Amino acid sequence: MHCSAGESIPTLDSRPIPGTTLFDGEQAQKGYALNKMCFSFNGADNRKAFKADEDAYMRSFGLDDRQARAIRERDVLGLLAAGGNVYYLAKFAGILGLDVQDLGAAQTGMSKDAFKARLVAQNAQSEAFNG
Amino acid sequence: MAKIIGGLTTSHVPAIGGAIAKGLQQQPYWKPFFDGFLPVRAWLDEVKPDVAVVFYNDHGLNFFLDKMPTFAVGAAPEYRNADEGWGIPTLPPFKGIPPLSWHIIEHLVEREFDITTCQEMLVDHAFTLPLKLFWPEGECPVQTVPICINTVQFPLPSAKRCLALGKAVGDAIASWDSDKKVVVIGTGGLSHQLDGERAGHINKAFDLKFMNSLIDDPAWATRYSIHELVEQVGTQGIELLMWLATRAAVPGRVRKVHTNYHIPISNTAAGMMALEAF
Repeated sequence: MHCSAGESIPTLDSRPIPGTTLFDGEQAQKGYALNKMCFSFNGADNRKAFKADEDAYMRSFGLDDRQARAIRERDVLGLLAAGGNVYYLAKFAGILGLDVQDLGAAQTGMSKDAFKARLVAQNAQSEAFNG
Repeated sequence: MAKIIGGLTTSHVPAIGGAIAKGLQQQPYWKPFFDGFLPVRAWLDEVKPDVAVVFYNDHGLNFFLDKMPTFAVGAAPEYRNADEGWGIPTLPPFKGIPPLSWHIIEHLVEREFDITTCQEMLVDHAFTLPLKLFWPEGECPVQTVPICINTVQFPLPSAKRCLALGKAVGDAIASWDSDKKVVVIGTGGLSHQLDGERAGHINKAFDLKFMNSLIDDPAWATRYSIHELVEQVGTQGIELLMWLATRAAVPGRVRKVHTNYHIPISNTAAGMMALEAF
């Protein structure tokens, strides 16, 4: 579905995209404390302080129970549902020594090797665009 | 007046920084990606731009959700890289060129773009790694103007708006009273999605169609809404907005110097284009 050239751009499209939560105003409000904590992980001293006492560090940023539980359980989908933004969550993943393929595997329920193999397999996609 | 010599676009995956630091460019995983830059470096050696205007998106180094500008233009004498949290090596500062920054800022506001100006601006991997890919040896030889487009928090500016922004930046450069040669760079994309159950999404056919469109039909992608683009290319694939702005900044027709497309680098369909202005 798309509008032809020259028409106005459609706005406020709310059709769901499967497996995708757009980080909009609602998510940004809900996840503010969680994302602010993860943003702080740009600093090495803050990463160290978090590792020394995770609960105290979370309290200092005012995470709610759902966010704190998702952090404790390293639950990526739970963190997204609690308003986490992937760019900030990636900094939390960095503390744990996880990369974006670990995150991908965790969110899709695959092993990391299977997730990586699936990425490589995307080479076989057709090159013909039928938009 | 300043001359726009062309546009360069590339993906900007953080893992590239690790690969450069460890010298993995010729490893089988990385070689198809890094080798794509060789013809472009040869072209850059020949045309020798003085300045790079870089469209990129910050990933939570300089901007947080407390203040999230849609369009932000750097106006600093230098731009520092900093720790992003995952231990990729920090690169030395990049030189700015405030007279061009302010010329662009004045031109954009006059053209009714309500931008944010930044006299201090940390630049993340999306800015630093592409410059390192195009100029791998020693200090980056070009002065820079970073222009950041928000892709963190929706709503995002439309493809049509980013194309118009790029066109206005190109007009500003072309009206700058200087004999400098300017290359425009856009970083990000192509299709990828890091978050949600759809993580790992890649759309080869759309990416290739999009790359082709930039050569002779740069407005093609503006027929899609942001929502439709995310559907096609993923939540991070939307960074293709930087490519659109870059192409629009280069006036008129272009000649393809080189293009490369490789799946995957990390979770990303990695694309690269070098387009020379006629």
